[in-house]
Amino acid sequence: MNDPKAFRFVGSRSIRPDGVEKVTGRAQYGADLSLPGMLTGKIVRSTRAHARIRHIDVTQAMSLPGVLAVITGDDFPDLERRMLPMGEQQMDVRDFIDNTMARGKVLYHGHAVAAVAAVSPDIAAQAAELIKVEYEPLPVVMDLDAALAPQATLLHEDQVTLTMQGPVENPVPTNVAFYMPLKKGDIDTGFAAAEVVLENTYTTKTVHQGYIEPHACVADAKQGGRIDIWCSTQGPFLVRTLTALALEKPVSDIKVTPSEIGGGFGGKLAVYLEPVAALLSMRSGRPVKLVMSREEVLRATGPTSATRTRVKVGAKKDGTLTAVQAKLEFEAGAFKGSPVVPAVMTMLAAYELDHVLVEGYDIVVNKPKVAAYRAPGAPQAAFAIESILDELAGELGIDPIDLRLKNAVSEGSMAVYGPQFKAIGLKEALQAVKTHPVYADPVGPNQGRGVALGFWFNVGMQSSAAVRLNENGSATVITGNPDIGGSRASMALMAAEELGIPAEQVQAVVGNTETIGYCDVTGGSRTTFATGMAVIEAARDAVARLCERAALTWDVPVEQVSWAHGQAIHIAGDHAPLSLDEITANAIHTGGPIAGAAQVNAQDAGPGFGVQCARVQVDPETGYTRVIGYVAAQDVGKAIHPSYVEGQLQGGVAQGIGWTLNEEYIYDADGVLLNAGFLDYRVPVASDLPMIDTILVEVPHPSHPYGVRGVGETPIVPPLAAMANAIAAASGVRMRDLPISPPRLYQAITAQGA
Amino acid sequence: MSRNHVSTTVNGEPVEFLCDTSQSLLSVLRDELGLIGTKEGCSTGDCGACSITLDGRLVCSCLVLGVEAQDRSVGTVEGVADHQVLHPLQQKFLEHAALQCGICTPGLIVAAKALLEKNPDPSEEEVRYWLAGNLCRCTGYDKIIRAVLDAAATLR
Repeated sequence: MNDPKAFRFVGSRSIRPDGVEKVTGRAQYGADLSLPGMLTGKIVRSTRAHARIRHIDVTQAMSLPGVLAVITGDDFPDLERRMLPMGEQQMDVRDFIDNTMARGKVLYHGHAVAAVAAVSPDIAAQAAELIKVEYEPLPVVMDLDAALAPQATLLHEDQVTLTMQGPVENPVPTNVAFYMPLKKGDIDTGFAAAEVVLENTYTTKTVHQGYIEPHACVADAKQGGRIDIWCSTQGPFLVRTLTALALEKPVSDIKVTPSEIGGGFGGKLAVYLEPVAALLSMRSGRPVKLVMSREEVLRATGPTSATRTRVKVGAKKDGTLTAVQAKLEFEAGAFKGSPVVPAVMTMLAAYELDHVLVEGYDIVVNKPKVAAYRAPGAPQAAFAIESILDELAGELGIDPIDLRLKNAVSEGSMAVYGPQFKAIGLKEALQAVKTHPVYADPVGPNQGRGVALGFWFNVGMQSSAAVRLNENGSATVITGNPDIGGSRASMALMAAEELGIPAEQVQAVVGNTETIGYCDVTGGSRTTFATGMAVIEAARDAVARLCERAALTWDVPVEQVSWAHGQAIHIAGDHAPLSLDEITANAIHTGGPIAGAAQVNAQDAGPGFGVQCARVQVDPETGYTRVIGYVAAQDVGKAIHPSYVEGQLQGGVAQGIGWTLNEEYIYDADGVLLNAGFLDYRVPVASDLPMIDTILVEVPHPSHPYGVRGVGETPIVPPLAAMANAIAAASGVRMRDLPISPPRLYQAITAQGA
Repeated sequence: MSRNHVSTTVNGEPVEFLCDTSQSLLSVLRDELGLIGTKEGCSTGDCGACSITLDGRLVCSCLVLGVEAQDRSVGTVEGVADHQVLHPLQQKFLEHAALQCGICTPGLIVAAKALLEKNPDPSEEEVRYWLAGNLCRCTGYDKIIRAVLDAAATLR
């Protein structure tokens, strides 16, 4: 690994390559492309949360002048059920089609049932109104208790409970789609050794990723069978795979160009619109644009699971944990696939524990199918364990950071979920928060501080990168990962570091599925780690070519040439160094254009640990919580561009604060979402928050050439418990159910006073 | 359905367009005039991504009808830079890394510019309350607030 101090450009705060276009309004997002002859598409959505579809009548819509195509679920293929590996997740292909457009049954209010394409938005809206769907209503299943009741209505009559090893013994139809236990040691032994045992239940509500840009795409099916798709996505190659599946076409017939992306947080790893737009375009012979409204985004995309976690901890009086048992129940929405597996695996990853039993249940309900949301499952699990550890610290009279330091994992520890940790900076992050003023300063009346930590695995997976050198010595870097938070700046810095030219001379570009090789999604906190690794290797490949050209120019063996500070050096010193621009300017005489490429399947992503402290003031007369200080420390490995790393920490904290204080889906008895808009689904605004201090702990990850580890997801793991712990300290009331909105907190404070 | 003819001024330039009576000014800017810098995040006036100025006043263009622009002066993000020279707010947004995905950025820059024209020396709290109508889901606002305060100092 490079000596961290030796970096010339990595670690600087360069201006992002795409910045000017984004501050001047020229950058093109999903809804910003228009093509000649383009039609407007519109999706007809279920007005029931659970019903059989008896009949869909599209004849009136089809005969409306200006309507060029109408499709329903019957227009999509009837695929055999099978699991499609998708990097860090799997997807049931039949569920994917059924979620794209309902067949036979609708499973949530807002479920797509038909779509139209017309010459104007007005005509598309009229046509959508003319599509008549006849429903046979079924009882709705809106929460865990309803789904688990003995005579519960079943969403999927053929669904049985699966485990990692296949179906459970004597399977019967059920709303429980999956069961996963994680066992280590023997919990009876562990609890027998405990001097203190605490047990409580913690719940969280359905919340949405809340990206500001609604899903949007344009599909253009050409005569001859090829389809061009422009869309806002975290995974252009994933869109290609799934659209090909839904249209029963080879992937080579489909080109996906990712637009700029206006936020995703995991929610734009799901594919909703592209197969629909593509099919409408095939039927009409015209380009079709589909853009969701905010209401559609909230009703029919995302969200993440509502959860219930029962957790029991045992400890010695000195704070040593002896055992943890937990039962996690996660709502999956209408189709299996909640993030309960990562929740089970991450929940106790930060602690040295010999005796553990964590059991996870994936349970379907009549809500939209959940999508990934930033460290999927980990925040809900951390809310439970990090809250109860705060309660334990209070019970034992131990400082909450000291309690965690006593039990924290470090290099060499075996993670409860399996692997052995290499170098990690958890204890460093704990120590950093302990001395920060948000934690250390005195606390005023009605104020409190709360600490929590968080863990996320991060992933590696497949990435391609190309580095092309221009005749003036500048470079273009192409990758296939949509830039969701400034990743072009990091790619430019890493290429600059290898080539030895300033980042301003590197243009970082996001390619489409035909201009760059396969890349897995922008997700799993993998882009700077894995795609960055591909960029470094591609740049090194280009440097090898540059050295060859210098050797050719000097007529010396290439082994006698090295590369430093943007120059080819003749090691023996017989020739004056040749700079990158001199070599590229002369390339026509040495073999033509110069470029490098790399393809990686990055393994061994560095895990991310973060520690956060919230400081709040609670108004006992209203239950209103004001966040008055916040610090987030995290082991980031190596911050390639510190500003964007800080931004990841700050953004995750803000989302976590919203999750804790305000955000929740509110349904009526019929399963209709009542707050499908930003007025009533209230995400944090600027006046809700203080400055969010960050501490970047840099313990280099041994499996990355620069020490990079994933950064983006860990920051949303600690805030739920950090906030709840701070509120408990400030108000004297322990809130175990989110959100801790003013009416709920006021009621709890009043109840305790009475 | 006949469309309405509207004469207005956009970013200082005379502009004419045809629009439906029910068409929002946001839709006119994006779909009729090709000014895609103004973004649609909600269409209900809750997110601020479509912030523009109308006769100098900050409004959500999704809540204004296209026909209401007749004889008014419309300001959008496309008019913030002086030709090739970025406005100090734009420059400071870049220097402070005050954007991640960037979808809220045009609205925030238009809104912050309207603030600084009214109040060249705002406190942090004044900036936070003025920008409370502009949602950003990526940044936690920290770097946005710093960028606006820094731009205000530069402009003074």
